[in-house]
Amino acid sequence: MATPEKIGAKRLVVGAHYGVGDFMIQRITAVILAVYTLILLVGVLMMPGFTYESWVGLFTFTVGGLPLGQLLGTLAFLALSYHVWIGIRDIWMDYVKPVGIRLTLQVLTILWLVGSFIYFAVIIWGA
Amino acid sequence: MSDSATKKRPQFRNINVLQLLKYRLPLAGRLSILHRVSGALMFLLLPVILALFAMSMSPTGFQAFAAFASFPLVKLIFLVLIWAFLHHFCAGIRYLALDSHHGLDKYSAQKSAGVVFGASLGLTFVFALKLFGVW
Repeated sequence: MATPEKIGAKRLVVGAHYGVGDFMIQRITAVILAVYTLILLVGVLMMPGFTYESWVGLFTFTVGGLPLGQLLGTLAFLALSYHVWIGIRDIWMDYVKPVGIRLTLQVLTILWLVGSFIYFAVIIWGA
Repeated sequence: MSDSATKKRPQFRNINVLQLLKYRLPLAGRLSILHRVSGALMFLLLPVILALFAMSMSPTGFQAFAAFASFPLVKLIFLVLIWAFLHHFCAGIRYLALDSHHGLDKYSAQKSAGVVFGASLGLTFVFALKLFGVW
């Protein structure tokens, strides 16, 4: 803020354009999650009755021996983890200015998400 | 550089919490901050959601779920999570449309913000009726 900068066509723009990449990934993962939500919704509506078997079947159904329910669930959670990482990282970058605290929070966020991913995988593949 | 150095310009920095309470946001602004709040809420409650999911995926847990969900506080937490998901979902679809350059003008953007609030709050209300056994 203190040093006046050249703004406009002659401004020196630097960066690894990871901003655009993350912007795209956040939106692509959003679409994946919206589609998965609709798949689950259709699955719930197609249930003959809300029983334990049909509920577990939503996440463990197979197609020709392929564990499609578990694969879709795991892919969706992977998309969720990446989506949440970008969103929460943006929150830390917007509100937490001291670099040390911000870095700590970012590392904790990653640990939190990786831990959640492992927990989810254990639940869904162990069912 | 020439005139900005001589004239003292007002600086607009982040407003503080006290100003925040009096700050009147347009509808799309409220939608936006609630998108962030709902996302952060679901992130913080992720282990709770997963623990509930784990419970529902075991035969005994599934049976115990109905009894567990009958506590009013549990119902309230469910409802908050349902609202957070529905708001994030509906507002997210609006953002995908805006990012694809649909409805960017002031009038359409205000209108779509209203539609999103109507949809997410309406759906939350339906879930609330179901959850508290009214319907």
